[in-house]
Amino acid sequence: MSTLILRTATRYVAPLMLLFSIYLLLVGHSYPGGGFVGGLAASSAFALYALAYDVDTARKLMHLSPVSLSAIGLLLSALSGLIGMVHGAPYLTGQWTSLDLPGFDPIKIGTPLLFDLGVYLVVLGVTMGILFALAEEEG
Amino acid sequence: MNGLLIAPVLLPLLLGILSLLLWHHVRAQRVIAVAGTGLLTLLSLRLLIGIYRHGIQVVHLGNWEAPFGISLAADLLGAIMVVLASITGFAIALYSVGANERQRECFGYYPLVHILIMGVNGAFLTGDIFNLYVWFEVMLMSSFVLLALGGEKPQIEGGVKYMALNFFSSVIFLTAVGLLYGVMGTLNLADLAVKVRGTESTGMLVVIGCLFLASFGIKAAIFPLFFWLPASYHTPPPAVSGLFAGLLTKVGVYAMIRLFTLIFTPDLVHLHGLILGLAALTMVTGVLGAAAQFEFRRILSFHIVSQIGYMILGLGLFTPLALAGSIFYLMHHIIVKTNLFLIAGIVHYRFGTGELKSLGGLYKTAPWLSLLFLIPALSLAGIPPLSGFFAKLLLVMAAVDIHAWGMIATALGVSLLTLYSMTKIWNEAFWKDAPTPPPPARTDQSTILMMIPVILLATITVVIGFGAGPVFRLALAAANQLMNPSDYIHAVLGVSP
Repeated sequence: MSTLILRTATRYVAPLMLLFSIYLLLVGHSYPGGGFVGGLAASSAFALYALAYDVDTARKLMHLSPVSLSAIGLLLSALSGLIGMVHGAPYLTGQWTSLDLPGFDPIKIGTPLLFDLGVYLVVLGVTMGILFALAEEEG
Repeated sequence: MNGLLIAPVLLPLLLGILSLLLWHHVRAQRVIAVAGTGLLTLLSLRLLIGIYRHGIQVVHLGNWEAPFGISLAADLLGAIMVVLASITGFAIALYSVGANERQRECFGYYPLVHILIMGVNGAFLTGDIFNLYVWFEVMLMSSFVLLALGGEKPQIEGGVKYMALNFFSSVIFLTAVGLLYGVMGTLNLADLAVKVRGTESTGMLVVIGCLFLASFGIKAAIFPLFFWLPASYHTPPPAVSGLFAGLLTKVGVYAMIRLFTLIFTPDLVHLHGLILGLAALTMVTGVLGAAAQFEFRRILSFHIVSQIGYMILGLGLFTPLALAGSIFYLMHHIIVKTNLFLIAGIVHYRFGTGELKSLGGLYKTAPWLSLLFLIPALSLAGIPPLSGFFAKLLLVMAAVDIHAWGMIATALGVSLLTLYSMTKIWNEAFWKDAPTPPPPARTDQSTILMMIPVILLATITVVIGFGAGPVFRLALAAANQLMNPSDYIHAVLGVSP
């Protein structure tokens, strides 16, 4: 699989895929997308690296082990629910604030985004964990 | 109360995440497990006290009102179960540290235990039937891995049976939930309780009730769907089988009690007679199965089946006293059964076998362990003044009230056979002379630490026995809440039915 063409293409395509995954994550609250799909898109970028180069390269690229990545994701999702509790609301109640940048429309930012980011990381971590385990068993 | 109600679910989740982050630091995971489950026990005790004083507590997650959002609702039964689950978790954490199974602890043992406890607590607290299914799945997923972790051949064999039957049960559960939603248009338990009162499709309700009965019947291991349990519970390491024996089947019993007091009440569907019959058959088959076994943990596994019969006997009789008996039995059983499995584990660690034939003379070599075995064993058989005596007494008294003489005879006969089984273990493992050559005592393993949870659980058994009055009042209060679902409905929906 790891031909020169694929390797060269990967270096251009994978960053685009990661960018797209973040786009999916951000629009997920109002449009099709979200943490789950975003996480899958991101993991396909790393999977492409693992195919074009090898598993070790992809592992190094991710910096964190799949297990830690999923754990951090779970932690973010769990903590996103706690923010509402600080304000006296039940667990998982959404809290929203608005980010005003000069020259842009105000951007709404809330705890559901943090929750989705957690899901994104969990999906990325779990998918990569499974893929790496399968790829290493084969090779 | 808001934070306290979510704590039994959230705290184990956070503990699990922390243990995942510290994947390579087994020692840190052990500290987290013991300290975390200890804290969980204290918090759930506070929750129980709070509910005893102030009545049923409800949290609408995400601030979406019932019946549209998902609610957590804790009545006394739920809170009692959470306390029991936390105590079991604490005992198991201590025992696992003592057992020192390094190769398992390195592969996510502690995170799985925390997630299992989260699933069990979630099932006890949820006020939504689909959510109940989800918590069952959370619990089952982690139990599958815990059962197979280590990958020994008998473990895999037991695991496959366990998994196949439990998946089947989940399919039935999900079908029943789907049908119920189709008929009633809601999944919130309190809302369901209101809507079934006004429905015309009672025939469909009977079908759905039977499906739930079958599904929970598999999970709780009642007759005739119990055979997966004795086939799998003796295979994993002792700490895991102690955890399973204490908690998993009891979640099935809890779900059965919850649905058949709140939704499928005897005035709507006539299934309680069937439950009564199943209870009797479960008691008898379980105890007869145990009589034929000669392996420590296999005998105990069959006794779980038999004891489940007592618990649903109270549900079948359906009087406040009978339900109080069931709840008392749950409290007694979870503590005693976990303890017996842990003791069987210590015997296994020290002498390398659980086969009664090759054991013997433990009374001489391990006198303290023998004494500690006697407390839960006699309690299980129902000898006063230990906890099991009062649990059985309540059920028999409830049966006398409604003149169910056949059930009384069954319950007492099974109790006698239980005593026979416990005597068999006592005679074979502890009392008879050590076989020649004596089983090689393993000295590489210290079992001192593992004795702490055993002593703790034995103490609780004795305390329940001597403090039977207050414990009974608590159980009766919980039973009265179950018999009058209007309080529960009012607490969740905010309106009177």
